[in-house]
Amino acid sequence: MIKLERVYRTYMMGGQPLHALNDVSETIEAGDYVAVMGPSGSGKSTLLNIMGCLDRPSSGSYRLEGQDVGALSDAELSQIRRHKLGFVFQTFHLVPRLSAAENVAFPMVFAGVPRAERLERVGVALEAVGLRQRAEHRPSELSGGECQRVAIARATVMRPRVLLADEPTGNLDSVAGRQVMEVIEHMNAEGLTLVVVTHDPAIASRAERVVVMADGRIERRVTGADLANRAPAIVVPEAAR
Amino acid sequence: MRPADLVHFASTALVRHRLRSLLSLLGVAIGVAAVVMLTALGEGARRYVTGQFASLGSNLVILIPGKNETTGSFPGVGGVPNDLTLEDARALERGMRQLSALAPVLIGNETVAHRERRRQVVVLGSTHELLRIRGLSMASGRFLPPGDIARGGQVIVLGAKVEDELFPNQNAIGRVVRIGDWRMRVIGVLEARGTQVGLNMDDLVLVPVATGMRMFNRTSLFRILLKTTTYSDVDGTCPRAVAILTERHDEEDVTCITQESIVSSLSSILTVLTLALGGVAAISLSVAGIGIMNLMLVSVSERTAEVGLLKAVGAGNPQILAVFLVEAILLATGGGLLGLLFGWAAVRALVMTFPAFPASAPLWATAAAFGLSVLIGAIFGVLPARRAARLDPVAALAGR
Ligand SMILES: Nc1ncnc2c1ncn2[C@@H]1O[C@H](COP(=O)(O)OP(=O)(O)OP(=O)(O)O)[C@@H](O)[C@H]1O
Ligand SMILES: [Mg+2]
Repeated sequence: MIKLERVYRTYMMGGQPLHALNDVSETIEAGDYVAVMGPSGSGKSTLLNIMGCLDRPSSGSYRLEGQDVGALSDAELSQIRRHKLGFVFQTFHLVPRLSAAENVAFPMVFAGVPRAERLERVGVALEAVGLRQRAEHRPSELSGGECQRVAIARATVMRPRVLLADEPTGNLDSVAGRQVMEVIEHMNAEGLTLVVVTHDPAIASRAERVVVMADGRIERRVTGADLANRAPAIVVPEAAR
Repeated sequence: MRPADLVHFASTALVRHRLRSLLSLLGVAIGVAAVVMLTALGEGARRYVTGQFASLGSNLVILIPGKNETTGSFPGVGGVPNDLTLEDARALERGMRQLSALAPVLIGNETVAHRERRRQVVVLGSTHELLRIRGLSMASGRFLPPGDIARGGQVIVLGAKVEDELFPNQNAIGRVVRIGDWRMRVIGVLEARGTQVGLNMDDLVLVPVATGMRMFNRTSLFRILLKTTTYSDVDGTCPRAVAILTERHDEEDVTCITQESIVSSLSSILTVLTLALGGVAAISLSVAGIGIMNLMLVSVSERTAEVGLLKAVGAGNPQILAVFLVEAILLATGGGLLGLLFGWAAVRALVMTFPAFPASAPLWATAAAFGLSVLIGAIFGVLPARRAARLDPVAALAGR
C-alpha cells in the first residue's frame, strides 16, 4: 500500500541542510494500523505529510498502491488526496462558518458529487461517528471530541484507502480521546489503513506496529503489544518530557 | 465542482463577514451609480439641447455663403465667397415650390438710442416671414411688414428687453429710435422668450433686410432661412436651392445645411460628452476594484488554514482559484446591482425635482457599468485567488 524507500526531506536552514527525514524506509500494508511516535521535531508530521502527498520527498521514492507518487503533477496529487487519502489533524481544521454536515460534505462538493448523493453520504458518515443529531451544529457549538469526530467523518466520506491522523487526540481529554480512537479503530477493523502520529503510549500501544522516530530517522520498530509491556524503556524521550 | 456549489460556498464566506463585504461592495455600488447618474446628466443635456433645436421645426433649411466643407471651419469664415444677395433670395422664392416660408437674414451690431437712453444691440435684418420661421410672437404692434424683399422702410421691431430699456413704462409703438444715423419708427415689440439657439431674442432689434444692407453697407446676406411645407420635402430642398444659386453664381459657393443635420451633429457631440462623463465615473470603479482586491487578500491570509484544508481534501489549484475568484466576482456583481439601484433612484429623484431636464441613463451606459463591475471583480480577484491557489499545502495547514 505505502512504500517509502530511502526518503529524505531536507530543509535549508541558514545555508545548512536540515534533514527533517533522514533516509527513511517503511512499508505499510493495506489494513495496517501503524502508530508513529518520537520526540517533538523528530519528523513525525513530515513523514505523515509525505505519505499524504501534501509534501514531496527531497530524494528517495514513494510508491502508493504501486504508483510512483514523486513523478506526479500537482493536479494528479490532488486527485490522489481526494480519492485515496483522508486526513485528521490535531486542530480539527473544521470550517467555522459551515455546519457539521456541510463540513463533512466539503470534500464531496469539490469532487463534484451530486447534492442528493452528498446528503445521503453525509448522513452515513455522521452516523458512523455517532453524531447524526449534531448535523446542523456549527463547530463552535460542538465539544472538542465531537469536532474531531466530525473531522473523521469528513476524512472518510470520500472512502479513502488510508487515514492519516496527526495527533488526533492531542487537543482532547482522555475520555474524548478514547472515543475518537475507538471510532477510527473501528474503521480500521473494516479495512481502512491507519497511520496515527501520537505522543501517548497508551494510544500507540493499541496499534499493531509502532514506529519510533528520532532526528528524522526511524529509530526502532516495535509491536503495540511490546510497547504496552515496556513503554518507559522504549519511549525514553517521552518520559523525559 | 458544480457552479451552484461554487457560488454557494463562496457566498458563505462573504456572509460570514457581512460588514466588510458590504463596505467593499459599496465601493463598487458608488462607482456604478456614478456612471449611471453622470451619463444620465449627459444624456439629459443632449435631449435638452436637441429638443431646443427641434422646437424650431425640423423642416428648417439654412443657406450660408461660402463653400467650406474641406477646411472644417465654420462656413462663411475665411475665403472670399460670392455674395449671397437679396436677388438670390428672390430667385429662390421664384424657383422653389413647396416652400412655406423664406427669410433672408442679416446680422449686425449697432447702438439704438431713444433720447439719452442708448443700448448696444444685435440688429437682425430680415423680412415678415422670419416671424413664422422662428416661431416668434408679438407683445404689441406688428412684425416687419410683408411684401417685396427688397423694399426697405425705416421701421423697427424691438426685443422685449430693448423696449424695457429704452421705453421704461412707456408705450414704444409709433415712437422713433435712432440706429447710428438712421431714424426708425417702432412698429412692434416682441414677446419675451429668452435665448433661442444661442441668440437672445429679447436683446435685439429687427429691421427690414434691405434697410439693414444699407445701414451696415453690406453686399451679402448672413444667411437665408427656408422652411418647407412638409417634413418630407426637406431632403430635396438643399440640392434644389444649391442648384439654383450655382446657376446664378456660375460656381457652387453656398453651403446648405438642414436643421436636422445640426441637431444630429450636436447630438453626437453631446453623446461623446456623455461617454466621457461615463468614462470618468468608470475610473472610480477601478478604485472600488482595488478595495475588492484588498478585501480578498485579507480574506486569503485569514483563511490560509482553510486553503490548506481545501488542498488536503483534494481540491485542485484551479478549484481553489475559482472559489476565491467567484467570491470577488460575487462582491462586484452585488455592488453593481446595488449601484444600478442607487443610480436609478438618483435619476428619478432628479427628474422629479427638475421635470424640464430630461435626465435618463442610456441603456448602453447602464449595461456597460454593470458589465464593468463584474469584470473588475474578476480582474482584481485574480491576484488574491492565485495567491491562495499557490499556497504550499503543508505551510497553509500550519497557518503560515
Ligand atoms: N518548513 C520548514 N522549514 C524548516 N524546517 C522545518 C520545516 N518544517 C519542519 N521543519 C523541521 O523539521 C523537523 C521535523 O518537523 P516535524 O514537524 O515533522 O516534527 P514533529 O515530529 O511532527 O514534531 P511535533 O511532535 O512537535 O509535531 C523539525 O526540526 C522542524 O523544525
Ligand atoms: Mg508534528
